[in-house]
Amino acid sequence: MVRSRSGRLLALAAAALFLGACSVIGIPDSPLNALDPKGPFARRIDDLFWPVFWVAVVVFVLVEGGFLLAAVLFRDRPGRKEPRQIHGNTRLEIIWTVIPIVILASIAVPTFKGVFELTECGQNSYPVEVIGHQWWFEYRYPEAGVQTANVMVIPAGREVCASMTSDDVIHNFWVPALNGKRYLVPGQTTLLRLQADEPGLYQGQCAEFCGLSHALMKAQVRAVTEDEFQTWLTAQLEPALQPVEGSPAAEGLTVFQNRCTQCHTATPFSSVGLENFYGPNLTHFMDRGVIAGAYKDYSRENLAAWLANPPGEKPGSYMPDLKLTQQEIDALIAFLETLQ
Amino acid sequence: MTTAAERAATIFRRPAPEKGIWSWITTVDHKRIGVMYGYSAFIFFIIGGLEALLLRIHLSQAESNFLTAAEYNGLFTTHGVTMVFLVIMPMGAAFMNYLLPLMIGARDVAFPRLNALSYWIFLFGGLFLYSGILFSGMAAPIGVEGVSGNLDPSDITRLGALPDGGWFFYQPNASRDFSPGTAVDFAALGLQILGIASLISAVNFIVTIFNLRAKGMRLLRMPVFIWMSLVVAFLLLFSLPIIAIALFMVTFDRQFGTLFFDATGGGDPILWQHLFWLFGHPEVYILILPAMGIVSEILPVFSRKPLFGYAAVVFAGAGIGFLGFGVWAHHMFASGITPAAQAGFGIATMTIAVPTGVKIFNWLGTMWLGRIRLAPPMLFAIGFLAMFTIGGLSGVTHSIVPSDWQQTDTYYIVGHFHYVLFGGAIFGIFGGLYYWFPKFAGRMLNERLGKIHFWLWFIGFNMTFAPMHWLGFQGMIRRTWRYHPSLEFWNQIVSIGAFIIALGLVVFIFNWVRSRRHGPIAGMDPWDARTLEWSIPNPTPVHNFSTVPTVHGLDEFWHRKYGEDDEGRPVRKDDADSYVARLGEEGNDPAVPIHLPNPTYFPFLMAAGLPLIGYGIIFHTSAVGKALIAIGVLLSLSALMGWATEPLEEGHHGPVEAH
Repeated sequence: MVRSRSGRLLALAAAALFLGACSVIGIPDSPLNALDPKGPFARRIDDLFWPVFWVAVVVFVLVEGGFLLAAVLFRDRPGRKEPRQIHGNTRLEIIWTVIPIVILASIAVPTFKGVFELTECGQNSYPVEVIGHQWWFEYRYPEAGVQTANVMVIPAGREVCASMTSDDVIHNFWVPALNGKRYLVPGQTTLLRLQADEPGLYQGQCAEFCGLSHALMKAQVRAVTEDEFQTWLTAQLEPALQPVEGSPAAEGLTVFQNRCTQCHTATPFSSVGLENFYGPNLTHFMDRGVIAGAYKDYSRENLAAWLANPPGEKPGSYMPDLKLTQQEIDALIAFLETLQ
Repeated sequence: MTTAAERAATIFRRPAPEKGIWSWITTVDHKRIGVMYGYSAFIFFIIGGLEALLLRIHLSQAESNFLTAAEYNGLFTTHGVTMVFLVIMPMGAAFMNYLLPLMIGARDVAFPRLNALSYWIFLFGGLFLYSGILFSGMAAPIGVEGVSGNLDPSDITRLGALPDGGWFFYQPNASRDFSPGTAVDFAALGLQILGIASLISAVNFIVTIFNLRAKGMRLLRMPVFIWMSLVVAFLLLFSLPIIAIALFMVTFDRQFGTLFFDATGGGDPILWQHLFWLFGHPEVYILILPAMGIVSEILPVFSRKPLFGYAAVVFAGAGIGFLGFGVWAHHMFASGITPAAQAGFGIATMTIAVPTGVKIFNWLGTMWLGRIRLAPPMLFAIGFLAMFTIGGLSGVTHSIVPSDWQQTDTYYIVGHFHYVLFGGAIFGIFGGLYYWFPKFAGRMLNERLGKIHFWLWFIGFNMTFAPMHWLGFQGMIRRTWRYHPSLEFWNQIVSIGAFIIALGLVVFIFNWVRSRRHGPIAGMDPWDARTLEWSIPNPTPVHNFSTVPTVHGLDEFWHRKYGEDDEGRPVRKDDADSYVARLGEEGNDPAVPIHLPNPTYFPFLMAAGLPLIGYGIIFHTSAVGKALIAIGVLLSLSALMGWATEPLEEGHHGPVEAH
């Protein structure tokens, strides 16, 4: 008897410790922390969540406390009388039916408003198209004619209306600091409102299972000032510079044109059009700071490893292992680094 | 005695073995079928659990290479499919099979041979589904045909041949283009076969409950477990045809190039989601309601009080069943459906919290002022209440639609539904195993080991699934082979918890195996119970009831044993002990001959045809495949013929009747 009681207390203490530790002590935040909104839409969601959370906490304490109390207070002990055979209590049952209805109704009203307000893009929002591929995101800026990948650049403090679709399977675009998730569905267009209060880098991730390398399908949103945004758009329309003759970069360009241009474009070195490609547009490759579907930061080591064996880095990768020599890889990196 | 004329009417003689493997293959006894369901589901539970442990070993490190991406994706798919379709559903079926006739005072279900058919189809369906790992290509299903994605040679493994579309098989990721090979076909056709099994037993149980109740057992005198079984049977009846059609559409898309879900051909991938969840959400209640029924049986017995608000609990269960059909799109809040649809499904989802709350409060009311014995069945029932409540509360946060846009597809959801399906359904089921073990074995499980098991599970469970809520908030997505290193600490806690759960299961298995042979003899009515199944000896005699009881009220058996004093407290009747003893004697030794349904080969043979057809469809382009379809169809049809013409040979149990 004693043993089981101490066991029970121990278990309760352990459970309470873990539940408590989860919320109180906390652990270093991940870059995808969904409880740290950095824009009006994510904040609106946050504001909807917390009141419900605290209501749930109160209900949790009352109900779980009730079970615990019942198990302790009414536990069979020597001398305890047989219980009265109570079959129910209509008044009590009505009360505990009505109270949840009232609570839920009061939650429902702001939820309703939130759904409608958060779903449709504002009139003056800046349009960006998002296209999902296995396993990277493509971004198009129809007003400026820009096409890029992996990093979505947006003006801070201004609403961006992402109209999204997919080239292959269903993906799910999620930048938790800016808004919730929205599917990218082949053959359909879905909308997602994005807005960042301040310039900065916001991490994202494909959240719907989309095949082998789903876990590695990342996104980044880079919010910049309005001026920087305009400058960025203009720069994106510029073609890449011709490498100096005889330089390693020029050697890399040859490798690029022999091995890469069936799938990638890098204006003006590739004949693959913007509509007819398999891999990201590399014209301004170095502007992104990330490689391989944004799952790795740019560094020469990371890029070399990626070029040496893409399917080994990213299972199922559509970029095949081209059996490049170390020399070719070095040359390619030299060339790619000129694509500012 | 069989006459020559009767024998001439059929090709096969009716089998008659009472022992050995053939007696199990040919049995139509609902108890034996229930036991087979239970053991089969338990073996699948171990398999699904091992899959979970592999996943957790992998996830104990952020950049782990313990599993390849293909293996990881395959294992989370089969873990889900196994636990839903091969563990919790058949476990529910095991309890229903074994207990349903006993609790309503019947000698068997309405259609004993159909019952056997259900079981064999289930077993063959499950084996067929897993056999895919042997017959599918070793490379994980990847890439667009002709533009195929690439795999590192070291990533090509046998385990990677598991179907890897997730248990929801979203299109077009699970289509022919993006999941070539046969892995997904094994899953789709396997689920199709399993669905047939559930559909058949649903019809069987509905007819049984409506027609075979003992005299006087009105609908509102039925035990709550029977009520919940009835609701589940109706949910199966209405939801399974939806998934059957949807799975046929997938199979046609994959095998014959129809374009139901292919956007490039005018199909709609979101339509698949609607069809899947239109089945999938009622499915959630198919999984949880039997456990709710079990808990509603355990709580009154171990509190020594009647269920608080019986009618409310019954109608709340039925209400959950109805509402369960109107909330499916809450699995799709991020899919881009219109705000009006999102708001509507959000409200419907909130509404479900009301009957669920009614049940929880009534269970609390049952315990309140009771005289609570914390034996293992009761511990598991209370564990169910405690953890199902948490799952219910996190469920309410999903109904806040915009909030769900953040939560969906993260570990927050994984935490939520494990609280409901493991903390809820599995804890309820194990409570039921402890409670009814004496009924099935005639012996008692060791109580101390049962308590150790409970505490290992309670601690391990919360270590495993509570941190997942936090991980979800931290942006750890579901089905992720890799995650951010900052999340490693809590993932390790989760993994340790998973192994504590595994340890608890080992204790349970040891207890079960030992008690099965050496446990103390249970005798009649070991728990001082309330319902009819305890008014017959343990283990249950083959004919169930020697005399079919007449029912005068709810908790019939209790009221035969107990009266009430002026304060409404139960007083054991003077003749209660002798009454129970008499029931024990009579129960094993019926005064009149009782004839029972005869064993038969045909359900087994008919079920055996289905996986052959399945293999045939998958390999239909080859001659072997075409032959397999023909053989399978022939086998099933001839078994059906044999079934239809099987003579009604009189078999008897008890004293031999003179001819």
